[in-house]
Amino acid sequence: MVNIKELPSKTLLMPGNAACPGCPETLGLRYVSMALGDKAVLVIPAGCSSVIQGIYPKSGIGFPILNIVFAAAASAASGLARAYKIRGLEDAQVVVWAGDGGTGDIGIQALSGAAERNENIIYICVDNEAYMNTGIQRSSLTPYGAWTTTTWTGKKEHKKDVPLIMIAHGAPYVATASVGFPTDFIEKLRRAASIKGLKYIHLHAPCPVGWRFDPSKTVEVAKLAVQTGIWVLYEYRGGVFRISPLSRPYAKKERRKPLKEYLKLQGRFRHLGEDDVKVLEAYIEERWKLYLNMEKTLGSKAT
Amino acid sequence: MSEQEEDHLVLPVSHPSPGAMGPTGYWRNFKPVIDQEKCIKCLLCWLFCPEGTIIRHEDNSVSVDYDYCKGCGVCANECPVNAIKMVPEGEEQ
Ligand SMILES: Cc1ncc(C[n+]2csc(CCOP(=O)(O)OP(=O)(O)O)c2C)c(N)n1
Ligand code: SF4
Ligand code: SF4
Ligand code: SF4
Ligand SMILES: [Mg+2]
Repeated sequence: MVNIKELPSKTLLMPGNAACPGCPETLGLRYVSMALGDKAVLVIPAGCSSVIQGIYPKSGIGFPILNIVFAAAASAASGLARAYKIRGLEDAQVVVWAGDGGTGDIGIQALSGAAERNENIIYICVDNEAYMNTGIQRSSLTPYGAWTTTTWTGKKEHKKDVPLIMIAHGAPYVATASVGFPTDFIEKLRRAASIKGLKYIHLHAPCPVGWRFDPSKTVEVAKLAVQTGIWVLYEYRGGVFRISPLSRPYAKKERRKPLKEYLKLQGRFRHLGEDDVKVLEAYIEERWKLYLNMEKTLGSKAT
Repeated sequence: MSEQEEDHLVLPVSHPSPGAMGPTGYWRNFKPVIDQEKCIKCLLCWLFCPEGTIIRHEDNSVSVDYDYCKGCGVCANECPVNAIKMVPEGEEQ
């Protein structure tokens, strides 16, 4: 367990950066800094985190960063990790920090290739469920029903389950996390850093600008996603699948908060009718059934 | 650094530094004010501040870096004992 008081005060996320107030990406970067410190070398494809760095000659993010085109994040990181190895810099941690669009749509082939080759990198998808940097366009990770500037009446398709795709690659470590539960995320990052091969962490990151909620509610919305069961924290490690302790209570439907508590805080869901809410509720049920079944069949090595 | 070395600095490498976007405290409409009497030093505001502008002191007490705090209000929303109030800029006591 990670103890808040033992976390380092020093942060590589610089105040006065270009992020909007209440930004989940800066929040996530602070946790990466707390977990990995200056061992991490970031590879960032286009997205809000490219812009958050601010304007030359200053940078709002204190990690060494390779800014790279969308399609090449995982392949550039693969090359970096191999180069560090050849130079004997074994403790450098190459970390891809990519958005949901950059991961689930544009960068997925490079990610798939890196996973198949089992490159020694940590890949973090910071998932704010749309292309935020270019003005809130839908991605394959935007959830059903959500308004974006390209889904005016609500998206008709469900969210693509990228972590499951990574499990299907047989990656040594796959986990989901949330900016609302930093100790869980930091623990997972540290575990990932101790494992050789491709580590994939999918970080749920509610964005006040794109999701249309007050910036003071970033953490509240993130927590509600887990408490209503629409976002599930789990870990897949060495072939064993486990629901994380913070999500465990919500395996029981009765323990979950009503989905509407999550939806009503967000303007992107304002237009939803009862039928749409039912579609989302059914989706949550179906996901949980799948994850619990996976735990049953892939959880045997644990206990 | 010699002049000759400087001549060879052609890579536009940015250096990490606070204020890459200037003094972002000017963005603020509301300002977080901490009631030190009420504070139980739990550090949740420090943990959840998206900007890293809650300053954590040796004894785990906290204060705000007003030069850069953007006034999002996450700290006030997450404080378990309501020790942080968001006060309209210019109206603080
Ligand atoms: C090949 C290519 N297509 C489009 C763009 C424009 N672009 C820059 S950032 C961005 C959005 C990225 O969305 P996401 O990966 O979800 O990251 P976010 O901005 O949400 O953090 C887009 C479309 C680009 N830079 N390169
Ligand atoms: S749009 Fe959202 S993710 Fe992007 S910088 Fe603003 S708050 Fe952060
Ligand atoms: S208002 Fe926002 S930026 Fe300012 S200290 Fe609080 S959490 Fe940090
Ligand atoms: S969250 Fe509230 S009680 Fe906890 S350290 Fe901050 S001001 Fe003090
Ligand atoms: Mg995005």
